[in-house]
Amino acid sequence: MNMETGNWQAAASASAPAEPESRPLAIEARGLVKSFDGFTAVDGVDLTVPEGAIYGVLGPNGAGKTTTLRMLLGIIDPDEGYRRILGCERPHDVAHRIGYLPEERGLYPAMKTYEAIAYIGALRGLPLAEGKRRGKLMLEEHGLGYAIDRQIRQLSKGMAQQVQLLATLVHEPRLVVFDEPFSGLDALNQGKLEKMIRGLAERGTTVIFSTHVIAHAERLCDSVAIIAGGKVPFAGPVDVARDRIAAQVRLETRVGDGLWRAALPADARCERKANGSSFWYFPLPETGIEPLLRALIEGEAGILSLSIERAGLHDAFVAIAGEAAARALELSPEEQGR
Amino acid sequence: MSTEHSQGRLSTLRAAMIVARRDFSAILFSRSFFFFLLGPLFPVIVGVAAGSVGHKVESTTMRTAIGVAMSPSDTSAMIAADRLLSPKTGSATPEMVAVQALQSGVTDPAALLKEQRGNVAAIISGTPNHPVLTGTPGQINAWQAPISLIAAQAAGKGPQTFPEVALAPIASSNAADRQGRMHTAQSAQMLLFLLTMLLAGMVLSNLVEEKANKIIEVLAAAIPMDAVFYGKLFAMLGISFVGISVWGTVYGGYALATGHTLGEFAAPAIGWPSYIGLGIVYFAMAYLLLGSVFLTIGSMATTVREVQTLSMPVSMSQLVVFFFATFATAMPGSTMSFIAEAIPFSSPFAMLSRGAQEASLMPHLIALGWQAAWVALFVNMGASLFRRRVMKSGPQGRKVKKARLQPA
Repeated sequence: MNMETGNWQAAASASAPAEPESRPLAIEARGLVKSFDGFTAVDGVDLTVPEGAIYGVLGPNGAGKTTTLRMLLGIIDPDEGYRRILGCERPHDVAHRIGYLPEERGLYPAMKTYEAIAYIGALRGLPLAEGKRRGKLMLEEHGLGYAIDRQIRQLSKGMAQQVQLLATLVHEPRLVVFDEPFSGLDALNQGKLEKMIRGLAERGTTVIFSTHVIAHAERLCDSVAIIAGGKVPFAGPVDVARDRIAAQVRLETRVGDGLWRAALPADARCERKANGSSFWYFPLPETGIEPLLRALIEGEAGILSLSIERAGLHDAFVAIAGEAAARALELSPEEQGR
Repeated sequence: MSTEHSQGRLSTLRAAMIVARRDFSAILFSRSFFFFLLGPLFPVIVGVAAGSVGHKVESTTMRTAIGVAMSPSDTSAMIAADRLLSPKTGSATPEMVAVQALQSGVTDPAALLKEQRGNVAAIISGTPNHPVLTGTPGQINAWQAPISLIAAQAAGKGPQTFPEVALAPIASSNAADRQGRMHTAQSAQMLLFLLTMLLAGMVLSNLVEEKANKIIEVLAAAIPMDAVFYGKLFAMLGISFVGISVWGTVYGGYALATGHTLGEFAAPAIGWPSYIGLGIVYFAMAYLLLGSVFLTIGSMATTVREVQTLSMPVSMSQLVVFFFATFATAMPGSTMSFIAEAIPFSSPFAMLSRGAQEASLMPHLIALGWQAAWVALFVNMGASLFRRRVMKSGPQGRKVKKARLQPA
């Protein structure tokens, strides 16, 4: 019997980083609004990201993710609302503690790799000489030692992306902001990046990234903000998002009928199998699984298997943001443009 | 990795210097800088070539002559007298040539002049004792006196000796001073204008390249946009000083070799050292003012074509401003001159002209402060415009809005 029983909500909370509410906030934003030429790109976004968290901003392209991140970083100012980054209301005042990888990657083609890393570090307040030293070291550590003296223009797109990623981290920021960090990376490098993000969080660095790929957010994030049409209908722990959908119970019984059926929810769906057994699918009752279990045992339903499957983030996204946003999420940017 | 290195918030100036340093070395060691240095050579080459061709054309087609239509002996006497006196008369009269009046049977000088092909501008007929000059009034009036002298010489009545006239030049008169300084001012204005236009345009291409490299967002996230703008302006200013040093050295070498000196220009009222210093500072200000406007344009444009389209009105306006400043130079102390000094874009040109004509330094300090304030204002406006209009994440938003309006 494959079964997740007990108060799994409590278990989920326990597996999350220790009491995030008690940690100081790396990012706090309230009611952010930004319009461009009469079009409201971001419409009242609230975000709270505790220090040391991995936080995902999840939404389809054009939902307002990049604009939100840009407002948090001070690249653009919100028309309305309030933001506080690492305890400071002016993001540029703490720029030396922030790393940012924009969605549109770009480095100076004529620069050598370690110089590019050092330059971006210097813009964040790291002395140039130290940036060069660290740049070389980071390139060695990440298997790019052979490219230390190469110019950016001599690198493949993927390699240049890796160099920019290292440049984002060279000054050892306390907060790292990635805009669609997985786009353009192959599966191997996506795996490396996931590992790197986890490593950053383990060292206490706050990571916030935008993505339109639910799987990345689900695997990595403690909390997510689901954004669609410039609004954030949900922001909070991933498990809480999943809780928006009741867990699904999958029950297999040897007997197809009996008094025990009265204990099943009215909307339970049944599938008869060729061997005579019956599969039942229904949302986990609010009263929990125990009363049902008792009825099944006492009614001699002949339980062959019982599993409680928690809703995935995708289901939660559909429930929270709607089918249209979920469909847009699955389309590539090119497809969305059509 | 250690974190012992001091790492803190960058001031706008420090951030600007980091950007400036990168841009400066990137431009200095690029191929385009070599062509940039060669830039002023092209107008010189074109000018020299055009001048040489023009001179040749002028010398072959535009050289005028006076036709002598007298008896053969009188004609010979007139031509001989002209050759004798030409070192004394200089360019007072054109060369004399014989025309075959008697042989052709045409006796009317006007008809003879009409019949002439080539460069004969007037006909002298009659005899050396009674010469008749036929031609347009302007020319014959100017030539009347020297022709009279030549005819007297041909008739044997001319002076036998020509006493040397001793020359006693004085350094200058007030009028000459004023005129000379105005000439100096106008030359300096022209040089300032050419340099400014040449260099400010380069800032544009620099920023367009930045946008093409997509690094602008990294810069905007790390440091204030004002610092990015200042960094780019300072870098190009540094590059322009390198360029000016190279061009100055080359020109200085040429001037030394050919014996030209600044003494050919009237000394400015504040003296050459101060004037050159002011010239450098006003160049920097003129460049920063125009550069900050170009930078704003460059930051908003996405393609080179857009940059060209947007920058053309600015370039044209700058031309108008330059002409206005030049015009105001001719009226020192007038309201027009004050307006030219007050308008930020014409101020460096007008003030440079003032430096050539007035000795006081105080107005320059005020003007420099005024111009610097405008540079700061333009950079601030440009950065703000950039943040508001450029950093939006693309056209998807509009599509999403449309999608949201569709029924589910």
